Amino acid sequence: MNKYNLNNSYKAVVIGGSAGSFQGVVKILSQLPKGFPLPIIMCLHRLKHVRHGFVEALSLKSVVQVTEPYDKEPIKKGGVYLAPANYHLSVELGNYFALSTEEMINNSRPAIDITLGTCAYVFKDKLIGILLSGANKDGALGMKQIKDRGGLTIVQDPSECMIDTMPKSAMALTKIDYVLKIDQIVDFLKELNKHYRT
Amino acid sequence: MQEIDIADLRRISELIYQKYNYDFRNYAMSSFKRRVQRILDLKKLTIDSLIKKLNEQPAFIHEFLDELTVNVTEMFRDPGFWRVMREEIIPSILLNHKQFKIWHAGCSSGEEVLSMAILLKEMGIHQNVQIYATDLDVNILEKAKAATYPVKNMDLNEKNYIRFQGAGSLKDYYREENGQAIFNRDLLSTVTFRKHDLVLGEVFNKFDLILCRNVMIYFNQTLQNEVLKKFHESLFKYGYLAIGSKESLIWCDYANRFIVVNNEEKIYKKIKD
Repeated sequence: MNKYNLNNSYKAVVIGGSAGSFQGVVKILSQLPKGFPLPIIMCLHRLKHVRHGFVEALSLKSVVQVTEPYDKEPIKKGGVYLAPANYHLSVELGNYFALSTEEMINNSRPAIDITLGTCAYVFKDKLIGILLSGANKDGALGMKQIKDRGGLTIVQDPSECMIDTMPKSAMALTKIDYVLKIDQIVDFLKELNKHYRT
Repeated sequence: MQEIDIADLRRISELIYQKYNYDFRNYAMSSFKRRVQRILDLKKLTIDSLIKKLNEQPAFIHEFLDELTVNVTEMFRDPGFWRVMREEIIPSILLNHKQFKIWHAGCSSGEEVLSMAILLKEMGIHQNVQIYATDLDVNILEKAKAATYPVKNMDLNEKNYIRFQGAGSLKDYYREENGQAIFNRDLLSTVTFRKHDLVLGEVFNKFDLILCRNVMIYFNQTLQNEVLKKFHESLFKYGYLAIGSKESLIWCDYANRFIVVNNEEKIYKKIKD
């Protein structure tokens, strides 16, 4: 029953993804248990100059409305957030978001390393990091920071990824707790949810 | 790699404040930390050697500020914003004033100042508008005054200009020389560049329009409040304030003295003194 040995101490889930991750994210969001207790913070590579459409596309099938946070917006339990186009998304101590227009990292803005790294700093061992399909190494360093601070790390099974560079880079850089297919990630989140219900 | 801790960041911001009178004490922590880390990496320094250098080499402060502040910008960033400027905001100012003043607060390397100058030129009112462009970093102000950018940046700028639906081509406004795009001097003839610190600086003039896009994101909420107060004081009644598309005033004390005139592009109007 409890395949993943979870508990109810986690404070946030952070997801990174790039090329080939869209369908996976849609699936995860569409099968998310109702009233999922943690914020889900997503940094997905996207076109820099297209502000509209992405969050709407993700929200179509999602159980929860996905929003692109404003600078200094407080993080709410159960909120599903997406890094806005052409901004880096950070989390600050005190549980709110901060945006920035700093240089691209790994050729990306938003950069997954920034979102994952700042989440790791703020949530420490109360964080679950999930890295999905993608064509560059962005996110690998962020996953290492999550692991180094005691968080739990998951990558999408490379055999299922359209492009497996991203999860493989993370696996090469740090210990990954679970290598899972999207359906298993959904199960993982369902199991996690149960721990907050009892 | 040793992670920088908050105590180190506070030592640095306190030192810069005491010794050089620049106040970074209320900057947003996550980006401030990345900027300091970036300087350590670029200059191959440790926290202690950085502090020593700041203490012992006063000339280093400008180089330091130049890297600490974020100077990533584009011409016509968010083309939709610039269309709203051309089609709604500036025409509405013109209803009451033939001549008016604009402040670019935190102008960085000047891309937005040039965008505005081009926009005004295409509206045929370039000579009627006095522009003030300020930044705390003197090195970046020199770059803004030079209005010279690597040609490789022009691709993105041109794409933005096309989305803005400008009257011609961006190429009409610059010539290329040794890999640099040099903009026509005439565009900046109505611009006053000056060093000004949003945090410690005084209110220095009154404006009909202030642009401060993606600058306050580097401040914490306390500082955002203080700076908004200064903008409020620097605006004529019914003057406009434009901030970045993902910035918001709703967490600021002075928010109720403004109304949103365009929520999509985050353009506000001062309605109360």
